[in-house]
Amino acid sequence: MKDDKMKLTKFGSLFAIGLTLSLVAVGCKHQPQGVTPLPGARTGPPVEAGPGTAIGPGTGPGTGSVETGPVEIKANEPGSHSGWPEDAETLKSDTVYFAYDSSVVRSGEKHKVAAVADYLKGNPSVAVRVEGNCDERGTEEYNRALGERRALAVREMLVNLGIDPSRVDTISYGKDRPVEPLHTEAAWSKNRRDDFVLLTPSK
Amino acid sequence: MNIIKCIAGRNNPLQPGSVCSPISMPAFPLRTLLLAGLIGFSRLAPAQPAFEINKLATPGNTPPVWVSISGFTGEAAQVLEFDLYVQGFGFTNAENAQYLISGSNNGSVQGRVMDRFNKSVLVSKAYTGAALRRQVHAFADDFVQALGRKGIAQTKIAFKVATSPAGRTSEIYVSDFDGYGAQAVTRDNMITAAPCWVPGRFMLYYDSYKLGNPAIFSHDLSTGVRKTVAWYGGSSMSPAVSPDGRKVAMILSKDGWTDLYVADADGSNPKRLTRSPEDESSPCWSPDGQWICFATRINERRMLCKVPALGGPSQRISTTGVLNPTEPDWSPDGKWIAFTAQMGGFEICVVPSQGGQVTELVAGEDPSWAPNSRTLIFSRRSTGRLSLLDVPTKQVKDVTRVSSGENSQPSWAR
Repeated sequence: MKDDKMKLTKFGSLFAIGLTLSLVAVGCKHQPQGVTPLPGARTGPPVEAGPGTAIGPGTGPGTGSVETGPVEIKANEPGSHSGWPEDAETLKSDTVYFAYDSSVVRSGEKHKVAAVADYLKGNPSVAVRVEGNCDERGTEEYNRALGERRALAVREMLVNLGIDPSRVDTISYGKDRPVEPLHTEAAWSKNRRDDFVLLTPSK
Repeated sequence: MNIIKCIAGRNNPLQPGSVCSPISMPAFPLRTLLLAGLIGFSRLAPAQPAFEINKLATPGNTPPVWVSISGFTGEAAQVLEFDLYVQGFGFTNAENAQYLISGSNNGSVQGRVMDRFNKSVLVSKAYTGAALRRQVHAFADDFVQALGRKGIAQTKIAFKVATSPAGRTSEIYVSDFDGYGAQAVTRDNMITAAPCWVPGRFMLYYDSYKLGNPAIFSHDLSTGVRKTVAWYGGSSMSPAVSPDGRKVAMILSKDGWTDLYVADADGSNPKRLTRSPEDESSPCWSPDGQWICFATRINERRMLCKVPALGGPSQRISTTGVLNPTEPDWSPDGKWIAFTAQMGGFEICVVPSQGGQVTELVAGEDPSWAPNSRTLIFSRRSTGRLSLLDVPTKQVKDVTRVSSGENSQPSWAR
């Protein structure tokens, strides 16, 4: 997963550079949108690039690019939002789902994180708690750690989208808070998730 | 606080008045546990004779030591068989047994063990005080210790008990090693998890979500005093106290990644031992306190690693033959690491502590070694119970279940 993430972030910058070059090369008329790479951030078009942009990591010119890895963003002081009323409904549809044993936010899930970032930008007084969860197929403490990684991955993404880290708390429930009780892949895929709980300042 | 006296010597069978030395096993005094408050505990007894036999040379493939039992009835007989079975003994008739165990339990327990081959009497004692179960446990320990091994029949375990469906809340419990005499340690009505004993003390560390997010607490069971050891933003998880009780290893996300840290026992001076965006989990200590073993992932592969407790580069502990190892526990004799392999189901495994070929034992998860370095306690989701496994013989017995919720995450006091 380390590699995964490194690859992804590296891929982000490579992709941007490579895409520009290849677009020039194939004479595409579209102006690439949002391809300015930020360190540690995957910006720009989704991974499923359109026709004519078969670009993988390490291919094409411009591969001698900047090394970017996941960044460390310090956690908030514990209890910094304690007592703030909680709202688990508003951002419910933005729950982010993960692949088995992975804390990588998949391309198809990224728009949800972006939506949460937009919400936070539009509501500057609120904070959010990202709650990492796992399916039951791992052991307990392994899942507790993996759930935290999932929450941290989304927190990092929110910060890269411009959200102040002090507004984002993380917590892991491991496998202790499934939403689906069944022992099937359909249930597991719903349980491997980050939920967003809005925290509004108490008055 | 010796609550059980033996009143007979080997050459002085059952003659009242000849009081010999008190039982030298970890004696969490029974009285303490029967009373509501968990009170009055002193340090564990002095070191046992060295246990040098390489009992696990062929884990899972060693025949039991055959004994015959006569004279005991009812609960006493059941307790004695349970105690011996999970330490690698098998039961047969007197003609085929190596050790002949005889005794009675009328009012109090009397027991005698003879080696059938050389006709020597290994144990001949009567027990007073405490409850019947405890007397039998003491006799079982006397027998096992007469063979130069460490008895475990009077040891304690701690574990997690789910107190609502799907584990939305859970509490920590402590009981005898066979599940009897269970008592709730926490009443947080939140998730509490991952109990671990402070070696040689009647004290636990565990995780509780009582403060909102998971934090690590120490809990002195003698006094009931609970202290916050690690409460940071994010999740603080999986405490493991060093063999000398002075340090605690744990997983913290306070710096942005879930990494392994070691701190003083009160949580001060946390020092980061790994620096990886991966999820490290489940630290445990080598018995010499030099190493901390943990589960992680490197280059897409789940594996066990160890890192010097004072800091330094991590080294892989190879687990040949299985995938996705997690939940390591280092045996008190230093020779083995038990762990859970995640391969669709969960398998209890052991590997030499330097790494190498793995022996898969039984289905289950989260193994914890007994002080004898041969018996493991582990959990089974299929039954929601804890079970004991004698590693050399692969003999398994279920522990009495506490409440109807799933029992898991056992930790053996040692």
